Amino acid sequence: MQQDLPITSRPFHILAGKVGVSEDEFLAQIRSLRDRGIIREVNAVLRHRRIGYQANALCVWQVDEGRIDEVGNLFAGLTEVTHCYERESCPEWQYNLYTMVHAVTREACEKRIREMSELSRTENYLVFYSTQELKKITMRYF
Amino acid sequence: MDMAGSITPLSELELKILHLLQHQFPLVERPFRHMAEALALEEEAVIDCVERLYNKGLIRRFGASVNSRKVGYVSILAAAKVRPECIETIASLINAFPEVTHNYLREGEYNVWFTVIASNQERLNQILYEIELAHGLDALLRLPAKKVFKVSVKFPLIAG
Repeated sequence: MQQDLPITSRPFHILAGKVGVSEDEFLAQIRSLRDRGIIREVNAVLRHRRIGYQANALCVWQVDEGRIDEVGNLFAGLTEVTHCYERESCPEWQYNLYTMVHAVTREACEKRIREMSELSRTENYLVFYSTQELKKITMRYF
Repeated sequence: MDMAGSITPLSELELKILHLLQHQFPLVERPFRHMAEALALEEEAVIDCVERLYNKGLIRRFGASVNSRKVGYVSILAAAKVRPECIETIASLINAFPEVTHNYLREGEYNVWFTVIASNQERLNQILYEIELAHGLDALLRLPAKKVFKVSVKFPLIAG
């Protein structure tokens, strides 16, 4: 399942054959892995720049400890935010909430980030737009 | 490498299918037929469309994404402050580690941001330590996750 699914009428039948189990058994196993949280989802990940999302920003926020859950959940609820993590901070680098924000244009992205700042009442933040994808691979665990 | 490349114009059907594909793929015998039914189309048409989209390079990955922590791996986000003239060399150095899964050049004081996934903490520390020694790398931030609020790499393609 770490390789891409075959694009054919019965993709799981093919994969089940490779593993040596029945199709039903294979599907049951995938559901089990998903229910246990070992796999997140079975889906497609797109090349977002090619479909128009040319503004992609890592936005880091300094949020009061006591409000981290509130703001984290607030940001996570926004469609433009694909990633939202609380991360370790230190006196020299106090940002503790990290979001990936995506939009078609920089203007739209900036607007969204300003709105996020207003909604969350978080004034201290930095924005890092990505300009080049230097590497992107899928980890092979097994 | 994926630069700010050309945007591929897409038909309404292609947009609909891409939008659906990002969400939970039906775990049934004939998943494309399942999708086709939802779109009032023939199975063959959906399969052809997905194949076309794949061949156009719009689908980066199509399968299961493993949760690294659940399988015992440790990961970290790191940000480096790299002198402009050293970016290419340092990017290559970072990319050479198979444990580095993402590496992006960004605008800002910290300009090279990358993620490392390793089977144990010692290996992860070792990798960061080596990277940190690179000439032209002036600072490295280690930013391990404390809590995940969201990781859902889906991009809205159709209204609503």
